[in-house]
Amino acid sequence: MAEIKSVIGTQNKKGQTYTDPWKLLHEAPRTPSFFTGSEVIKEAIRRASCDVMIAYPITPQSEAAALIGELFAEGYVGDYFRGESEFAVMSQCAGASFGGARVFTTTAGPGTMRAMENFPMWAGARLPIQMIVTCRGINSPLSIQPDTLEIAYLLNTGMLVWHAETAQDFFDWILKGYIVSEEPDVHLPLALCCDGFFVTHTKDVVNLTPTDMCLPPYDPYRSPVPCMDMECPPVRMMRDPFVMKSNYISYATHASWQQEIWAAVERSRKHTIHWLNGLIDTENTDADIVIVASGTAVSQGREAIRMLEDEGVRCGLVKVKALRPWPEEEIREATKNAKHIFVPEFNVTGWLAKEIRASIPNPHRVHAGPHVCGGMTMPPEIIVSEIKTALGMKTFSLAGRGS
Amino acid sequence: MSDYRVLPGPEHFLPPAAASMGISLPNPGEAHINGVITSEDKAYEEAARQFLMAKVPTIFPGPLVLWAWNEKAAKKATAVRHLFNTLKECVQPGQKPMLIPMPDYRPKYPKINPEVEINPNHPNLTIWHNKIDCCMFIGVHCHQANLSLKIIRGGTSCYTIAMCAQAGHEDAMLSFRDASVEKIMKLADTVKRLKGTVQPRLSAKNGASN
Repeated sequence: MAEIKSVIGTQNKKGQTYTDPWKLLHEAPRTPSFFTGSEVIKEAIRRASCDVMIAYPITPQSEAAALIGELFAEGYVGDYFRGESEFAVMSQCAGASFGGARVFTTTAGPGTMRAMENFPMWAGARLPIQMIVTCRGINSPLSIQPDTLEIAYLLNTGMLVWHAETAQDFFDWILKGYIVSEEPDVHLPLALCCDGFFVTHTKDVVNLTPTDMCLPPYDPYRSPVPCMDMECPPVRMMRDPFVMKSNYISYATHASWQQEIWAAVERSRKHTIHWLNGLIDTENTDADIVIVASGTAVSQGREAIRMLEDEGVRCGLVKVKALRPWPEEEIREATKNAKHIFVPEFNVTGWLAKEIRASIPNPHRVHAGPHVCGGMTMPPEIIVSEIKTALGMKTFSLAGRGS
Repeated sequence: MSDYRVLPGPEHFLPPAAASMGISLPNPGEAHINGVITSEDKAYEEAARQFLMAKVPTIFPGPLVLWAWNEKAAKKATAVRHLFNTLKECVQPGQKPMLIPMPDYRPKYPKINPEVEINPNHPNLTIWHNKIDCCMFIGVHCHQANLSLKIIRGGTSCYTIAMCAQAGHEDAMLSFRDASVEKIMKLADTVKRLKGTVQPRLSAKNGASN
């Protein structure tokens, strides 16, 4: 810590002042700005003291990746280049991170899936890379539209996984994400997810910190594994590794290594609660009906709650901010009074509802829906309709006009 | 707060990481004993007591203090040597303090020489061979320290202490955090102060050979 404190108050080559992260995010003046989510990603990275960004085009993150190229041209990012594919990009991110750099990248949908082999490798190697995932459809036939199914695949990689609702979340969480994931007891990669297009391509008012203040640089010497040691694991993975031996010691070592990754996810809980002000946000959780959601489904749920109030139905809301670490106790507490728990999601499988069912007593209270996917929007009316149907109230079909 | 306690083993064929059992790391200025957050002063007393009780109290210095890669590391190494010399001065006949390095983390086959080193991938070989019943990790990268501490807890009854330069280790039975030259020297001073007040367990069966 002494090394980090020593740079606070000094300036980088762009004249930005390295600022205590808590002061930067909680005390520095904010300027309201009207930006798309992609532009907000650029503005956060401008203040993130990033050493390396590696890009590959895939909708809907291409714009953000291109905008960070502009930051590189302006001198705010140390190095920037395009990889040969998403798999190559994530491998190159690992190389840069192994070398002690603060690394950033963005991907989406099939890109996430193509690069998947790298994510448990990042976590296993304790590389605190930050990856923005602007979620979109992943299955054939092709869809570039919003769909959060890819998050389900990230949940068991050992990465931290956060799900932003708004562009403001994005701005703050990109900066906070580096602080949490670079803690020496955590030191894990972060997948910071959002719903593609809904967040990346719509404009919103976002309160930005001053451009002349930035995060302190990454200190690789606080890493829990040696930096750039070519002889020892995790860099040395394939020459005489213990994973290639068939004996109890080798298996026990590898098992313990895996346990340590998930222990680090657990340790991130304390830091995530500190920086995100809790793993969840709650409103009116004393109500009989509670909506639990993540991403932009939270916004739709909030509007549905307003519409239900007009009809005299009181409803609470839980916004799940962090998916890894998973807020099991928080959700159990927030839903303890609920007779009905609705989980609206932008994916076909309902992975969030499954996680919630596994976390709470009386899981039959969970209504896994409404679901939309493949790029469909989720009008708040269908959440209202789902809730009213479950309560035995009269509702009407939203599917068409009838004959 | 978790009911789980981080105790000497042998605990299990594959024991859990203490963090996954709800054990949290201490905040700055604190330490933990058996997974319970405590004051640093109490931890100094308990660490010194465990050292003086042990038949083979051992310090395992890792690469971060073995190599003089910066001035701070060199000073810490000197402090570690001072702690070891203090231990030798303070133990009773029959006790055998040891200083065994963990020079690197390479998997070594067919096996390491447990007389001269400890390796994080199979630390129990060194614990068993030397009948070590109390050890302290210092200067070991956190990931490798946790790996070793958990494996030791799984297969031996050795009492483990971590003098960690970062956030501490839940997988040790006792852990300091933000280790510095001053903290190592304070532990040495505590050992010296408790000299002669702690009964070594020389007659007990050495459980570390499990």
